[in-house]
Amino acid sequence: MVALSQERLVSSAASPARRSPPPGRDRLFRLASLGSALLVLIVLAGILGSMIYGGLPAFREFGLGFITSSVWNVNEDQYGAWVAIVGTLSTALIALVIGVPLSLGIAIFLTQLCPPWLKRPVATTIELLAAVPSIIYGMWGLFVFAPLFANYVQIPVSNIVEGMPIVGTILYARTPSGVGILTAGIILAIMIIPFIASIARDILDQIPSVLRESAYGIGCTTWEVVRNVLLPQAGVSIIGAIMLGLGRALGETMAVTFVVGNANRLSGSIFDPGSTIASRIANEFNEAIGLQLNALMALGCILFLVTFAVLVLARLLVSRVKVG
Amino acid sequence: MDTALPARVAPTTVAPAPWGRVRRSRHVANQALKIICTLFTILGATVLGWILLMLLYEGIGGLSPAVFTETTPGPGSQGGGIANALVGSLILTFLGIVVATPVGVLAGTYLAEYGKGSKLAEIIRFVNDILLAAPSILIGLFVYMLMVQPMGGYSGWAGGVALAIIAVPVIVRTTEDMLRLVPGSLREAGAALGAPMSTVIIHISWKAARAGMVTGILLATARIAGETAPLLFTALNNNFWFNPTLMGGVSNLPVMIFQFALSPYENWRELAWAGALIITMSILALSVVARLLLRKDKAR
Repeated sequence: MVALSQERLVSSAASPARRSPPPGRDRLFRLASLGSALLVLIVLAGILGSMIYGGLPAFREFGLGFITSSVWNVNEDQYGAWVAIVGTLSTALIALVIGVPLSLGIAIFLTQLCPPWLKRPVATTIELLAAVPSIIYGMWGLFVFAPLFANYVQIPVSNIVEGMPIVGTILYARTPSGVGILTAGIILAIMIIPFIASIARDILDQIPSVLRESAYGIGCTTWEVVRNVLLPQAGVSIIGAIMLGLGRALGETMAVTFVVGNANRLSGSIFDPGSTIASRIANEFNEAIGLQLNALMALGCILFLVTFAVLVLARLLVSRVKVG
Repeated sequence: MDTALPARVAPTTVAPAPWGRVRRSRHVANQALKIICTLFTILGATVLGWILLMLLYEGIGGLSPAVFTETTPGPGSQGGGIANALVGSLILTFLGIVVATPVGVLAGTYLAEYGKGSKLAEIIRFVNDILLAAPSILIGLFVYMLMVQPMGGYSGWAGGVALAIIAVPVIVRTTEDMLRLVPGSLREAGAALGAPMSTVIIHISWKAARAGMVTGILLATARIAGETAPLLFTALNNNFWFNPTLMGGVSNLPVMIFQFALSPYENWRELAWAGALIITMSILALSVVARLLLRKDKAR
């Protein structure tokens, strides 16, 4: 106690007007925040580095053939990524085809049609779709959606298209169990809705209302305002929002693992089970040893590079319009 | 204002049209847009409601006191609970947030306060946005290489770090956004009194942005509480009480749900549904509370 008050006396005697914090603190704080910010960079570099390091033996063993080969045989230690790449791309594409119109519709509803009192609850509801854990989507997809989908879509559609050229291949389910590429795509579509919808809503909200008002002023209908004023104005950044959704769809793991069927074969039908890069890693990684582990890492490396490219593109597209 | 406009314009478009087809087609297109957009929104809300109803229907029957007191049952044995998974999930989430909060808040502070306009800050912001959307399974693989392999086994620490890496970008983003909303005049007032930069940030900027920053941390918590993929290769799971040092597999709800939901045992599946109900409701509640907190602060 005595020591404390003495110390205080001394310091106040030295500079009576000001009690400054210990001199090093300012510098330390600055360094700590710079260090934390750099850590973000380091983590991204670390992820890329570990994927390359882990996947290198597989790339070295199979070369480019790793990407183009569709063999994945654990017993013979032969690995190719083609089936998983096709599965990843096709599920993500289906997710976009279904999810983008839905998301844009919701964004238009929220910004143009919704009465003000309803805006907040509806927006929150849609945003909460993003808060539901992906494993719950997987359970819903497998236990609720897949049986309904098998009974009311796969079986009737398969009966109709059987024997037809092209459609008969794409939409024919050999074993109508409800799980498969299309089911995974549909679940992914629902999962990316909140992301695309909320960015699209922000973009639409940012368009100066003068533009919209003048369009209404010359007698445009809501559809014409959306089609001829809002969408051209939003243009590129809407594509950016869609790319962000694509990035999510490419890397989504648990939900897809539940409903994609986890089959390792290439099929012409989107009703058939397949697998994606993420689902294969989730299924096999814990039991993998040796080259299989490297092959899975190499898969992760491919997934990283693809999503990285998509997300970078998305960010560039979204930010360009915000500035301009 | 915005919504009043279409209403005012409506009479001219809906009015009986002497022009015939052209008018009609415009009217139809307009109505179609309105109906389709409304239906899409209803569809989105329906899916959320459907998922919640499914969880209630399947999960509520499995909720019993034993769920919260007993550990996960072995294969083929009766009853059991998920107490170890619940506690493990709480510990892992807590660990993740405790690691992520200082890093995220400081990094966000750097972006908003120190690095304004600098090239480095721009790059970090960009990379952070990418990490925000990066596939979580890759973060699991990264932490596996970083911690599980060198340490020679799965551990709760690795799981906590994996979750922290997912939480950091969320916290960085919200911290930066919230600090940017703090008016510069407050900082200038502090600086004019002779306060060094760190004092201005801690006592003025952080204080002014506190509610928003807390919201960011809560949202990050909600985000990592349900993450499964990064835990698969880091904390794994454990059907018993885990080692208090968190070495070896640590039981947690998401991975438990993943393993039990696809199992052939009736009581396992029931526990998976109960766990799914608990985890989803907690996360949704946390998200809603975070939103309310921010709204209340904005209203003030």
